[in-house]
Amino acid sequence: MLSIKNLQVNVEGKPILNGIDLEVKAGEVHAIMGPNGSGKSTLANVIAGREGYEVVGGSVTYQGKDLLQLPPEERARAGVFLAFQYPVEVPGVSNIYLLKAALNAVRKHQGKSELDAMDFLTLVREKLKLVEMKEELLYRAVNEGFSGGEKKRNEILQMAILEPKLAVLDETDSGLDIDALKVVANGVNTLRSPERATILVTHYQRLLDYIVPDRVHVLAHGNIVKSGDKSLALELERQGYAWLTQDSARVSA
Amino acid sequence: MTTSKQNIEALIKREYGAGFVTDVEQESLPPGLSEGTVRAISAKKHEPEFMLEWRLQAYRHWLSMQEPTWAHVRYPRIDYQDIIYYSAPKSRKDAPKSLDEVDPKLLETYEKLGIPLKERELLAGVAVDAVFDSVSVATTFKDKLGAMGIIFCSFSEAVHNHPELVQKYLGSVVPHTDNFFATLNSAVFSDGSFVYVPKGVRCPMELSTYFRINASKTGQFERTLIIADEGASVSYLEGCTAPMRDENQLHAAVVELIALKGATIKYSTVQNWYPGDAQGKGGIYNFVTKRGACRGDGAKISWTQVETGSAITWKYPSVLLEGDNTVGEFYSVALANNYQQADTGTKMIHIGKNTRSTIISKGISAGHGQNAYRGLVKILKGADNARNYTQCDSLLMGDKCGAHTFPYIEVKNPTAKVEHEATTSRISEDQLFYLKQRGLSAEDAVSMIVNGFCKAVFKELPMEFAVEAQKLLGVSLEGAVG
Repeated sequence: MLSIKNLQVNVEGKPILNGIDLEVKAGEVHAIMGPNGSGKSTLANVIAGREGYEVVGGSVTYQGKDLLQLPPEERARAGVFLAFQYPVEVPGVSNIYLLKAALNAVRKHQGKSELDAMDFLTLVREKLKLVEMKEELLYRAVNEGFSGGEKKRNEILQMAILEPKLAVLDETDSGLDIDALKVVANGVNTLRSPERATILVTHYQRLLDYIVPDRVHVLAHGNIVKSGDKSLALELERQGYAWLTQDSARVSA
Repeated sequence: MTTSKQNIEALIKREYGAGFVTDVEQESLPPGLSEGTVRAISAKKHEPEFMLEWRLQAYRHWLSMQEPTWAHVRYPRIDYQDIIYYSAPKSRKDAPKSLDEVDPKLLETYEKLGIPLKERELLAGVAVDAVFDSVSVATTFKDKLGAMGIIFCSFSEAVHNHPELVQKYLGSVVPHTDNFFATLNSAVFSDGSFVYVPKGVRCPMELSTYFRINASKTGQFERTLIIADEGASVSYLEGCTAPMRDENQLHAAVVELIALKGATIKYSTVQNWYPGDAQGKGGIYNFVTKRGACRGDGAKISWTQVETGSAITWKYPSVLLEGDNTVGEFYSVALANNYQQADTGTKMIHIGKNTRSTIISKGISAGHGQNAYRGLVKILKGADNARNYTQCDSLLMGDKCGAHTFPYIEVKNPTAKVEHEATTSRISEDQLFYLKQRGLSAEDAVSMIVNGFCKAVFKELPMEFAVEAQKLLGVSLEGAVG
């Protein structure tokens, strides 16, 4: 599904990622953990194609295609979804209108016809239940005046409707109470299937109580310093990041 | 950074779709302006004496006036002797009695503009008066409206058939001495639309006028007069286009609205005059005076405008709130891109008690465009408990354009409440990326953001014209799902 080889990325001339290798197969859930400033969000943004990140080496292959050559909208249509750490407000544009435009963009890419208004509404209502969101939020401007939790649920709602092949969740758990966290986890777990893959970028182990990952990677100073199964996350919970990051600091020094 | 900037620029550089020229034989006066020109126009239209007198008064006054320079626009001196003041399709001599008699080429022009007169007559329930260069070509639905006592016709016809109404109301809101361009219009106006809705009648359909400048070097000076008698209501829309030509063409129109006691007039404009090319060559100079008077208690006048065209826009649709409990509204979207300049806004003059006004202005500047909002809210001494709310937002695309706000507030009554809010923003990279990450093309993403920005104004437009307006901004309609 996704193959990242020796990925090196600079931001404003400063190296942030220093040679990342990552293989994500269909059906898998990977967690990327690490302290603040380790490059987790950079990795998520580079996969989605955000501007301002300079790829200076390495490759990212998605379903056999060179992902880095595609503009962000084509990545999205091909099934790459980024749940934003800070969802953006779009004044005057209703939430449901964006959902419809996004779904139709993806369907058009897949050679399917646009959903008619009734079918679309039925689909949206079904997914609203999944994320336990109030219907009135559909008719408000995108993320405008939403609470932190509502914004994150809204990201999961978009994901549930678009049904991406590769979902990247960038710290979707941060700032959520336990109920909202369960909702997010439920959304991800529902989407889990042999054809799909998920990358969870997170600072805390907490989310992984509800979404059990196949692989856990620890990112520090722009490198993956350790990979393992779900027990690695529990170990991090007990010991913190220090024992790993000191190691890597010594290596890079 | 660069890609999205290119995207924005690509969107901005859409070509002008209405820039074709229609090959119709024209009958024109030679260029130039003199008392003789004014007399010739009046004679061509077989006008009664009072009309000629009024024109001549205006012309003589105009000679004493100076072209105003206070607006935030720049343009080379206009040579008023180089303009053709009257031009009409030749066949007009045997004036068409119905659409069947209208030159098919003219009808074709309106088809190209997306105004199928015939179709509208049959289906849409919109009565259209189409003004081509200087004369009114066809007015649809006249009979049906006539049965209700509603008069909807060209200005020339009104002068002949309803001289008492014209004499009573013409110049009663915008006098012939009002300002340089309005006075010029008063002298040489060629045609326009006339509407009278009698007491207590609600006009059952949208009334609509399309203006098109076709002949080269021609100025268009139309005059619109709308009167809603006591308790009447009417919604009116005008649309405008012109061919692409290298020279600048002058459009100096006057619109007067009169709402008597308890009457409502809603006037919507979708203005798409040729804006000039990407280098700023050519385009229409749009110097327009629009004003309405709420002449009786409880009257309401609402202006909605979407201004996407013209090289220069100079326009301040205003409301005189004369009666008590009257309401004035102004909703505006003005787009200035390439080298377009827009100086537009409104005047709300509160005279009666408990008068209310709302101003929502959305300015979009792109390319080298310069967009100025200029507004006056004036509360006179007797206007107890007057209320005004003004919201003035500017959106900037790119780094070579400008947005300017000139609000003037004069309050002479201590019970007044006046609020003014203003914001200036850019389309953010974050918004663009967010929408692109959801699968939208850069162009659709920009459209969606701009559309959202303008929403408060678009929702004031009649439904089918809202669609048109959004197409004009290169955007798709925000679907009303659910």
